[in-house]
Amino acid sequence: MEVQKFNYDNAIVRNFILATLVWGAVALLVGLVVALELAFPALNLGIEYISFGRVRPVHTNAVIFAFIGNAMFAGVYYSLQRVLKARLFNDMLGKVHFWLWQLIIVFAAVTLLAGFTTGKEYAELEWPIDLLIAVAWLCFGANMIGTVVKRREKHIYTAVWWYLATFIGVTILHVVNSIELPVSFLKSYPIYAGAQDAVVQWWYGHNAVAFFLTTPFLGLMYYYLPKASGRPIYSYQLSIIHFWSLIFLYMWAGPHHLLYQSLPDWVQALGVTFSIMLIAPSWGGMINGLMTLRGAWDKVREDPGLKFMVIAITAYGMATFEGPMMSLKSVNAVSHFTDWTIAHTHIAGMAWNGGMIFGMFYWLVPKLFKTPLHSKKLANTHFWIATLGILLFAIPLYWAAITQWLMLREYTPDGLLAYPIFMETTIRILPMYHIRILGGALYFTGFIIFLVNMLKTISAGSLVANEPAEAPAMVKLGTREESGESPHRWLERKGVRFAILVFIALSIGGIVEIIPMMKVQSNIPTISTVTPYTPLELTGRDIYISNGCYNCHSQQVRPLRFETDRYGEYSKIGEFVYDHPFQWGSRRTGPDLARAGYLGSSTYKTSIWHFNHFMKPNSVVPRSIMPAYPFLVVNEADINAVPAKIRGMRMLGVPYQEGFDKQAIASYMADAQKIADELKLAGVDIKPTKEVIAVIAYLHKLGRDISPAGSPASNAKQ
Amino acid sequence: MNILFILIGVSLFAALIFLAMFIWAVKTGQYDDNYTPSVRILFDEEDVETKN
Repeated sequence: MEVQKFNYDNAIVRNFILATLVWGAVALLVGLVVALELAFPALNLGIEYISFGRVRPVHTNAVIFAFIGNAMFAGVYYSLQRVLKARLFNDMLGKVHFWLWQLIIVFAAVTLLAGFTTGKEYAELEWPIDLLIAVAWLCFGANMIGTVVKRREKHIYTAVWWYLATFIGVTILHVVNSIELPVSFLKSYPIYAGAQDAVVQWWYGHNAVAFFLTTPFLGLMYYYLPKASGRPIYSYQLSIIHFWSLIFLYMWAGPHHLLYQSLPDWVQALGVTFSIMLIAPSWGGMINGLMTLRGAWDKVREDPGLKFMVIAITAYGMATFEGPMMSLKSVNAVSHFTDWTIAHTHIAGMAWNGGMIFGMFYWLVPKLFKTPLHSKKLANTHFWIATLGILLFAIPLYWAAITQWLMLREYTPDGLLAYPIFMETTIRILPMYHIRILGGALYFTGFIIFLVNMLKTISAGSLVANEPAEAPAMVKLGTREESGESPHRWLERKGVRFAILVFIALSIGGIVEIIPMMKVQSNIPTISTVTPYTPLELTGRDIYISNGCYNCHSQQVRPLRFETDRYGEYSKIGEFVYDHPFQWGSRRTGPDLARAGYLGSSTYKTSIWHFNHFMKPNSVVPRSIMPAYPFLVVNEADINAVPAKIRGMRMLGVPYQEGFDKQAIASYMADAQKIADELKLAGVDIKPTKEVIAVIAYLHKLGRDISPAGSPASNAKQ
Repeated sequence: MNILFILIGVSLFAALIFLAMFIWAVKTGQYDDNYTPSVRILFDEEDVETKN
């Protein structure tokens, strides 16, 4: 057999490694900033660009797509070439992929801080950036599939399947969840509304966890763990079985993010069922990982990289047991809207993804730069600091979650809520937020030690950009090896065919849940009193989204006694039919706002209360940790954009009258004047065009349409 | 209740695809050897280095 000589492309791997180091430091630093801002609201400084609601999405996006994303690309591009015995398909595709990805990260940070956001968690980036992501992602996929096609090794190693599933999964998720109607260069509305938007978004959110944070890292585990430990994986067969079951099951589990919420019951039950089933394939991965080290634990003692991988795989096992448990309705009642979820995601992010990245880098970087690791001692220090950091981060948040939940549901013997003021429960858990900052600071310190170690190693070594390799040519695809082979069989050995099958498998899970919600009207009972947003309310809603209010405030009252007693009537699916996007939220640092316009609710407040609250929250809510929003009083609302927004909403099916866009500004000004007049009576003189007026109008719309007492205006007349 | 029928139909369809894929994989021998691939990757780049 002919032996072919070729080169591995190491330059692209180096680039992604360097990007990981840079963005990792940024992402963790921003995380530290948001943790500080949360506990010490004065640090928001009243500046819109650095307020918690805008910085928190920068942290989440930077960790997922910049830190973990770049590390994943580095790991994939290195291992893909080696297991397939081929250079990457196309150097140019790799370069475009690399630079475009870094550009997207910069654009993301700038636009999010400037307030351009879709308001959908982990999919906050606006439509032009969504398009760039699609291009970069397709470059990655094309490069990978091209390499699979021109491989010299007939058998496709298990890691590569996981990579391919990653590409296909994220492609579907990104496209479906990002279908939005642009109304201006940096503003769009998702085509889905309310419950439909919620189910699509959490189908995306959950599967972003699956296909961006899980499948690629299991693939990386299947390559780097055997390489670093010098042991073959425990069971190759298990890797095959849990691969197929995992990618099939994951797609159905999204609705577990929406338990007790305004969603048909069967959708919730489906999500729970599949979440429980996910334990099996997830633990398949954990068992396979840990058992690979059987008889090699002496190496773990010596090698800090392996230690990180052990922590990572153990955390993966814990998080994938915890996740299904959190999907049980009774547990979810506690974990949802509290810090439990935050603790859960950080166990997964810091220990699983972080641990795999550190473990991989401690092996890969010395290997790639052909030099020993600068300091094993520093690496061990990093390991212990990071582990301690994770514990100090997660444990206080679990504690905080249980504490807050117990307080929120506590009743006095008279049957009244024991803590009617939400802020009381937040203040109680503040010390936990302080300890969590310490945990985050330790983890960040560990990263800096890692960074120094990596840079020293890199500068001591030298990169062979094009590493020579040789392998026998693969028997040409399409050659019939055996007599009697069917004409189609040649196709079956191709990676492309495999990719198509994965695509079909993944699509089905999504289609079953989304299509009925869009097409079957009976799932969305309408409420005749629910009206579309007025131009002023719609503008206020966009300002609410732009400032990331959804990061701390939900708009979803669950049918639980302690919630309906506190906020009012539980949320109905028909209330949200004009919500592009939905704003149900996922964590309550402050109270739910679904009933902020519902007379009789504890969250209903007057206009002047809201004004004072935005200016100085703790002047009306003692010891409030909500940051001040003085800029809402200074900033002019973007009134000129209103007609285009109304036209866009009309296109999405919101029943504004024909030609209403032309009257929209007049309507806006009339409504805004009423609120300005109301404020004037209370002694505040403010122009009706300011942002704060629109936000107040929006808050008074929330829940008003189903309020038995009617609108505040009609009530005022009585 | 039409949704339930759609759901059951599509679920069965998905199950059938997986069954077909499984049968294909077994028949074409992709999974015949469940050991060698796990060891082979450990010898990735030894060839060139040892010759140099």
